[in-house]
Amino acid sequence: MIASPKPDLVTVNIDGKEIAVPKGTNVIEAARLLNVDVPHYCYHPKLSVVGNCRMCLIEMGMPAVDPATKAPIMDPATGKQKINWIPRPQIGCGTNVSPGLHVKTLSPMVKDAREGVMEFLLINHPLDCPICDQAGECKLQEQSTGYGRGYSRFIEQKNVKPKRTQLGPRVTLDDERCILCSRCIRFSKEVAKDDVLGFIDRGSYSTLTCYPGKELKNNYSLNTVDICPVGALTSTDFRFKMRVWFLKQTNSIDTETSTGANTVVWSREGVIYRITPRRNDEVNDTWMADSGRVLYKQVQAADRVSAVKVGGADSALDIAVNAAAELFKAGSVAIVGSGRSSVEEQLLTKQLATALKASTHLVSRVGEGDKLLVSADRNPNVRGALVTGLIAALPSAKLTDLAAAIDAGKIKTIVSVGEDLTAAGLTAAQLAKVAIVYLGTHANATSAAAKVVLPTLTVFEKSGTFVNQQFRIQKFLKAIPGAAGATDDLVVLAKLVSAATGTLVSGDLSTVWKVLSAAVPALGPVTFANLPETGLLLDSTPFAALPFVEGETLHYKPAAPAAAATA
Amino acid sequence: MAVITVERKPLTFAERTYIPQIVGGLKTTFKHLVRKKQTLEYPEQRPAIPAGYRGVPTLVKDPNGREKCVSCQLCEFVCPPKAIRITPGEIPADQPDRAHVEKGPQAFDIDMLRCIYCGLCQEVCPEEAIFLQNQFSMSGYTRAEMVNHKDRLYELGGTLPDQHFKWDHKKAAAEHGNAH
Repeated sequence: MIASPKPDLVTVNIDGKEIAVPKGTNVIEAARLLNVDVPHYCYHPKLSVVGNCRMCLIEMGMPAVDPATKAPIMDPATGKQKINWIPRPQIGCGTNVSPGLHVKTLSPMVKDAREGVMEFLLINHPLDCPICDQAGECKLQEQSTGYGRGYSRFIEQKNVKPKRTQLGPRVTLDDERCILCSRCIRFSKEVAKDDVLGFIDRGSYSTLTCYPGKELKNNYSLNTVDICPVGALTSTDFRFKMRVWFLKQTNSIDTETSTGANTVVWSREGVIYRITPRRNDEVNDTWMADSGRVLYKQVQAADRVSAVKVGGADSALDIAVNAAAELFKAGSVAIVGSGRSSVEEQLLTKQLATALKASTHLVSRVGEGDKLLVSADRNPNVRGALVTGLIAALPSAKLTDLAAAIDAGKIKTIVSVGEDLTAAGLTAAQLAKVAIVYLGTHANATSAAAKVVLPTLTVFEKSGTFVNQQFRIQKFLKAIPGAAGATDDLVVLAKLVSAATGTLVSGDLSTVWKVLSAAVPALGPVTFANLPETGLLLDSTPFAALPFVEGETLHYKPAAPAAAATA
Repeated sequence: MAVITVERKPLTFAERTYIPQIVGGLKTTFKHLVRKKQTLEYPEQRPAIPAGYRGVPTLVKDPNGREKCVSCQLCEFVCPPKAIRITPGEIPADQPDRAHVEKGPQAFDIDMLRCIYCGLCQEVCPEEAIFLQNQFSMSGYTRAEMVNHKDRLYELGGTLPDQHFKWDHKKAAAEHGNAH
C-alpha cells in the first residue's frame, strides 16, 4: 500500500479550544476530536450529509478582516483578532472546516435552537419509551434529557400512524416514532445499493415507506435498524425480546465469511439476544450483513453435541482422549482441519499433525460474494491456516485426495476438527473404512459415524483470533459460558497433542499465544491481551501467489493476477 | 480504690408482710383483665392495614380488566435483591381490545424469598401496574411455591381504580385521532 500523502490540516477553534483537523472534516467530527458532543440525528459519518434534522445547529464565525485591505481587524478589548459571528445558527454536519473557523457549541443561541428542534420533534413522537426497543440507546431519549422541556405545550391531538408495518422480512416499522431523518433511505441507496425506501406525503403526514411492490429485503436491511436514531425501525427478530440495558456487550467477529466484520454480541445471563456491527473503518465501517446476525441461534440449536462419546456410548473427556490416542498409535492418521477454527486452534491442529506425521486437509466453502461484506470465501479463517502452516496451498471443496487415500487403504484414522466429512465428499462406505475422531459443536453424519466424539464450543463461547481476507488478525472474546458437556476446542486439542506426543501441552490461550507469536514473526511482541480491537495486519507477501477466491468487497481489493504472478 | 459502704435499710412491717406488693401486682393483673384487648387472635382475626402499607407486590388490572403491565422491565432493573424476572412478549395485532398495547409480559415472576418489600418496583412503574398491597403473610412448603407467577400476581392484585385509561385513549386516538 502506498502511504497516503499527509492531508492538509486546518486549524479551527471550537468552544475556545484550537484543533488541527484534516481539510473536509465537518464541524461535528472536528468537535468529536475535542470530545465535544454536537447532538445530531440525520448525520451519520458513513452516509451523505442531508442536514434535515437541524439538531446539530451551532454558532460559527470567522476572523474579521478589513474588506479593502484584507488586514486583520483586532479587538482592542482582548488584543486578538475580532471574530465576526454569523447572527443565525448553522448546521454542524453540513459545515466543513475552514482555516480560522470559530465555533460555539454551548452558547445560549445554540441551546435555544436545540430546545426548539427537540420540541418540534417531540410534538408527534409517541410516549412509547416503556415499550420501545430503542429505549436506552435512543438518541431522542438522550437529547430529551438535555434539551427537552419535560412537558408538552401541544394541546392538539398527536398524529396517529401505523405502529407495526412490515417493511421486509426482518424489519418492522413503527411510523409514529419516525423523526424523518432519512438515514435508512440514504443507507439503502448509498451502501446497500438497493433503493427501496422513501418518504411519501408532506409535512406531518410524511411517512417512510417502501416503493410500491418492493420490500426492504436485502441482506443489509438490519443496518437500517442500527442507524435509526429512534425506535422507528425495529428488528423483527429482537423486537420486544429484552431491554438493552440488561445486555452485556462482548466484542466478536462475524464468522460467516472471510470479511471478518467486527461485531458486538449482546447477551444476558448466558443467552445471546442479538448481534450488531462494531465500527472498524478498515474492515466493515459500521455495517454487517443480516445473515451474520442470526448465527447466535446455533448456540442453542437442538442438534448441539453435548456428550463425549466413545464408540457411541457416553464417556468422559480423558477416557475419550485416551481412546483417541490408542487410535493414533496405529499410525496413518489424516487430519481435516477447519477454516472455521481460530488461529490458535489451527496452531494446535498443526502441532497434532506434526506429532502424528499426519496429512492435513482443509475444506473450502465458496459462495457468491456480494461486493460489500459477504466475500466469496465462506470460511472465516483460511488465511489463519496458511499463517500457522496447517496448509500450504488453498483448500478445495471436496476431499478427493483423502478419499483416494482411504480407498487405497493408506488411512486408518481421521481427525475431523468440526468438519462434516460427508459434506466434504467422502462417502459413508469410505467413512466406515476408517476410525474417526470428531471434534465439533453440532451433530452431523460424521459425528454419527465417529468412534470418538469430543464436543467443543461455538465462537460465542470461547476466545481466539481469526485472520480475515486482508490478512488482518482480529480477536473475538467469550460472550457466554460454554454449553454443558462441551469443552474448549483448545483444551481438547491440547489434550490430544499431549496424548500424541507424551509431553504436556497447555490449552491456555495466553500460553498458546506465546507459541503462536514465536511461529508468526509478524506478531512480534503482540499478545492476545494487547492485540488492538481493530486488528493487526499481518504480512501477506508469502501468500501473494495463491489464487484466493475472494472478489472485491468493502475495503478489500484482491491482488491483481499479474501482480500475484510476479510476486 | 475507695470502698463506700451503703447501709441497707431494714424492711418495714408492711413490707415484711408482702401484702402491698401482692396487691400492687394483682391491681395490674385485674386492670388488664377488664381493659380492651391489645392482641389479636391472629390467624382468625386480621389487623387493619394502614394506607400506604408495603405488603406483597402484586400486578393490577385496569377497571376494564386489561393488564396494565407492558413488560418494560424497569421494576426488574430497579429491584435491589433481583427478585423480579420478566419475559416480555408481543401482543398480537388481532386482539381488538389490546392490540394498541403491543407489548405485555409473557411471564412475570416475583421470588418472594428474595423480595425485601422495598416498594421500588411500585415507585418506578411507568404504567402504575405493580402495587405493594395489603397482604403481609406469604408462606409455602417449597421454594418453588414462594415464587409468584403472573396469574397468581394478578389474582393477588385484582383491579384498582385507574386515573388514566391509557389504552382507551390509545384506541380512541387510533380510531378518531389525527389518522392518516
